[in-house]
Amino acid sequence: MTIRLPAFDYLTPETLEDAAQLLADPERSVVVVGGGTDVVPKMKRRQITPEVLVSLSRIESLHGIRIDESGACTIGASTTLAEIHDSTVVPEVFAAAAGDVASPQIRNSATVGGNLCLDTRCNYIDMSDSWRQASGYCLKDGGDTCWVAPRSNKCWAISSSDLATVAVALGGSVRLTSVRGERLIPIEALYNNDGMSYLTCAADEILVELVLPRGNGRATYRKLRRRGSIDFPLLGVAISARFDDAGMCVFARIVLGGIASAPLRAIEAEEFIVGRQLTDEVLEEAARLATQPARPQDNTDTGSRYRKWMVSVFVERALGDVAGDRA
Amino acid sequence: MTQSFSVVGKPLPRVDSMDQTMGKTQYVDDMTLPDMLVGRHLLSIHAHARILRIDTSRAESLPGVRGVITGSDLPITYGILPISQDEHALAVDRVRYVGEPVAAVAAVDAATAEEALGLIDVEYEPLDEVVTLEQAFADDRPILHGDGLGQNVHRSAALEFGDVEEGFARADYIREDVFFFGGNTHAALETHAALASYSQTGKLTLWSSTQVPHYVHRTLEKVLELPAGRIRVVAPAIGGGFGGKTDPFSHELTAAKLSMVTGKPVKINLSREEVFYAHRGRHPVLMWIKTGFENDGTITSMRFKTFLDGGAYGSYGVASLYYTGALQPTTYRIPNYRFEGVRVFTNKPPCGPKRGHGTPQPRFGLECQLDKAADHLGIDPATIRRRNAVEPFSTTVNHLRITSCALVECIDKVVEESGFAGKHRQLPSGRGVGLAVGAYMSGAGLPIYFNDMPQSEVQVKVDRGGGVTVFSMATDIGQGSTTMLATVIAESLGLEPADMIMVTADTDLTPVDLGSYSSRVTFMAGNAAVVAGRKIRSRVVQAVADELETEPGSIVAEHGRVGVAGDPDRSVSWADGVRLAIAATGPLVESGGYTAPKLAGSFRGAGVGISPAYSYSACVVEVDCDAATGIVKVERVWLAHDIGRALNPLLTEGQVEGGVYMGLGEALYEEHAFRGSLHRGPSLLDYKIPTALDMPPVETFLIESDDPEGPFGAKEVGQGPLLPVIPAVANAIHDALGVRIDEVPITPPKIVAALREVSRGRPGRVGPVTIPDYEFTRLTRVEVPEGFVTP
Ligand SMILES: Cc1cc2nc3c(=O)[nH]c(=O)nc-3n(C[C@H](O)[C@H](O)[C@H](O)COP(=O)(O)OP(=O)(O)OC[C@H]3O[C@@H](n4cnc5c(N)ncnc54)[C@H](O)[C@@H]3O)c2cc1C
Repeated sequence: MTIRLPAFDYLTPETLEDAAQLLADPERSVVVVGGGTDVVPKMKRRQITPEVLVSLSRIESLHGIRIDESGACTIGASTTLAEIHDSTVVPEVFAAAAGDVASPQIRNSATVGGNLCLDTRCNYIDMSDSWRQASGYCLKDGGDTCWVAPRSNKCWAISSSDLATVAVALGGSVRLTSVRGERLIPIEALYNNDGMSYLTCAADEILVELVLPRGNGRATYRKLRRRGSIDFPLLGVAISARFDDAGMCVFARIVLGGIASAPLRAIEAEEFIVGRQLTDEVLEEAARLATQPARPQDNTDTGSRYRKWMVSVFVERALGDVAGDRA
Repeated sequence: MTQSFSVVGKPLPRVDSMDQTMGKTQYVDDMTLPDMLVGRHLLSIHAHARILRIDTSRAESLPGVRGVITGSDLPITYGILPISQDEHALAVDRVRYVGEPVAAVAAVDAATAEEALGLIDVEYEPLDEVVTLEQAFADDRPILHGDGLGQNVHRSAALEFGDVEEGFARADYIREDVFFFGGNTHAALETHAALASYSQTGKLTLWSSTQVPHYVHRTLEKVLELPAGRIRVVAPAIGGGFGGKTDPFSHELTAAKLSMVTGKPVKINLSREEVFYAHRGRHPVLMWIKTGFENDGTITSMRFKTFLDGGAYGSYGVASLYYTGALQPTTYRIPNYRFEGVRVFTNKPPCGPKRGHGTPQPRFGLECQLDKAADHLGIDPATIRRRNAVEPFSTTVNHLRITSCALVECIDKVVEESGFAGKHRQLPSGRGVGLAVGAYMSGAGLPIYFNDMPQSEVQVKVDRGGGVTVFSMATDIGQGSTTMLATVIAESLGLEPADMIMVTADTDLTPVDLGSYSSRVTFMAGNAAVVAGRKIRSRVVQAVADELETEPGSIVAEHGRVGVAGDPDRSVSWADGVRLAIAATGPLVESGGYTAPKLAGSFRGAGVGISPAYSYSACVVEVDCDAATGIVKVERVWLAHDIGRALNPLLTEGQVEGGVYMGLGEALYEEHAFRGSLHRGPSLLDYKIPTALDMPPVETFLIESDDPEGPFGAKEVGQGPLLPVIPAVANAIHDALGVRIDEVPITPPKIVAALREVSRGRPGRVGPVTIPDYEFTRLTRVEVPEGFVTP
């Protein structure tokens, strides 16, 4: 049986200005939608019941990938993950990570805007309405308890976007638009480590594009999942790093996805490797340091203990990827 | 004897594959009838509660709602087994698991039906829940089926064959192991659906995605109190079953009842989540095995205890329970054997039969224990299995008659083809190979309800133009039974399978076949078809012989002609032959039936495990494990299967590959897991069936042992090949990493946890250590059968 959607209006503005205007409607609950691969299942499960969906798909300017004079790569919000995966101009690590998202069918409609703004996930909430009634509605769902950590007053739902993790590691920025105007912010500043208000932007702001600076270092993304396709990251580790001619690390960003409510920088580990050659010992110590900020909970597959163990394994391997033969 | 066949043994495509491939096949959900209503169920949100009050008045007054029913509208209980009539279509007074249907609505469209569900007011009084084995054995919890507090034991069994103590006294080496097999579910592609239409004239038709139209027919008769002759059950194309559509289900009864109440056709198609709750999947089984060995690996004695978490209702549970003890002796000569098992009720969706029904769990434990024993005794895994292998045409200690048996050939084949001897214990760390075997019934020896009628009947009618129509209730759930029947009849008549007109799975039109379960269809419906086909053939042959003035013995029917062998001038076309036969002896309509030989011993439980023949399989799995992450990549699977005879090798290999796929899913990924009484993830995102990317290459070897009673020598293939896959994976992981995960699914966290134990100098094992101290009473001692030879 196909689960029915609740009734809603579906609007398809053709300009960004119109879209921004529609989103600013104070009278009705409005949600912006890209490919809908997350919005639609959520509506079916009655996690959200917006009166209006504003689709970005008809806005020409949001489609496509450009490289500017500086070599920065700008990806329009409506570009699909399949297009990104196939692209030869986006940074290789980003294209590869796009290919790790969900399944081929989903990537054909999923957009980068939707991926970067993907709601946080938790296996107490991404369930049908009757399941949630049986469990009791949680904090993120209008209830008063987080079932993952009943004594905390915070929601522990997980940031599960593969591309957010990579974009933070690459030092990307996002352009946001609303009726109040436009702004460009580092993507890292888009995220909030809080499962409920996981984005810092306003609900009526549209992510217009992602800008990835020209990379002059090395980057990698490693994703932990059970199956070869479909599954969300149980952990994602993205690293970008630069080395001098002597093989000394001069810059590093280590970002952990899928274990907190936002992509998490492993700052201590970053600081530790800068100024060092990536020997086996350094890798090991960096991996240990990277594990410290990780507090995975038991709210997805495989449990928290294992995912915590895996942080060091994945960070060490990812560092090995970027170290290459420079170590 | 070598026989030559014209279509048997040819890898022909299925007779229905073109329509399926083109998307033309009509499944229940594709069907519509004029004025059809949509039905939906309201599900319980409590695992255990008393229903104090249900008020449907708000729902009934919603425009577009045509009917609302609750438990009181269908008060008669039912259940697949005559001894477990413990289900209601809609809960009466009490709910026993989250997701149990409580009320049903029929409305003009799905949106209205769903809205109406929200308008049904149910007042519950929550009760203490029973979730674990320990809670089920405690005496201070509510009794699920009954009143008051007490134990929730559904059924227990204790049987001893021979003298286990004597056997242990003879042993050089005795080991005890505890294993756990997590529950899992079928995850068939098609969700269950039923369309009911009750006519003005008082006749009910139900189209349902069921594996057992005959049993659904009987259940409708009982619960709806309609005469059987006024009920027609049709199973159209089915998108997979695997045992998940082998019970009568609530929605079949509520769709029918709602159609009777509203006078309109009603369709109910379950959501994926509802299918997880309807379940009837693999029982979680905790097991304890104690086995005695001689120094050369010969088994002297075995004790097997199983603890089954049955969920809320009986379903096939009593049979499932006995199956956890029945088939161990079909592969190994166990001279003394004691089986003790118990099934409990808990507040979770009911478990039932899934591919291999009750036997994959003990097979997992047994095959892992054998490897551990072989390790200890310094014997290789293939040798210990060959040493204990049962012989063809023998009897097991628990009174099972073994006929054809190519177990040793299967072992030899996979060992040789995989290069097992050169790999076991010799591959670099992280890589490993594992071996295991299994056996399965070609049909349960007894029908589900006691009767002396044939277990399968097939009818063949031939038109004056030569067209052959085959009528059988055998239900094609994707396994290819329709193609099998077409092949058997075509072979008998010298025609092509694709030319047969197949009418199947319709209680109005087709004679009874009990259903697609217990791997019975090829053996039983196939044999019935052989009989019917032979009768048609001999009538045509006789008529042609008379016409050509020769003896029937010199006539052959092949390639669409009937005539003197080797003499094309003295032959007629099939259609001419048919006309001669009809002219000579009247309408060309014949039937055949199959009744299994009486095989059951005379002890309680003897009905489970008997079969007219057993298939055998052996499997080698090669894995590549990442020790740091615990991620297992299955590199390749070699599987040899004693099929008796492959009526169609293409379909047979498909069944083997499907069995391997499902076995790998159970071994590594799938778990019907609960947090308390709440399903952890009733969706195909959370319930991890392997994807195409996770499926390794499979090398299939069909071993033809030509069973003396099988149709053209054939045996089953639908379930058996799954059995050895799961323990072969566990054994391969042990070979690769040196750790033992005595618990499926074998997930990455368990592997890493075991390796961390090793690094701390402790044994690298994850799995249960103890079993509940439940006292099995009333041990039945059974004499070893006559002619049983101890090794
Ligand atoms: C089975 C399955 C598996 C999946 N696996 C993965 C996975 O492995 N990794 C992963 O990262 N994701 C996964 N997803 C989630 C999802 O498909 C992807 O994240 C996808 O990229 C989301 O893009 P979309 O365009 O479909 O988003 P939508 O569903 O359209 O939107 C997602 C969210 O972003 C908001 N949004 C969309 N566009 C904008 C915009 N331009 N500005 C502001 N807000 C916006 C929406 O309001 C919504 O909150 C999976 C989904 C499914 C169903």
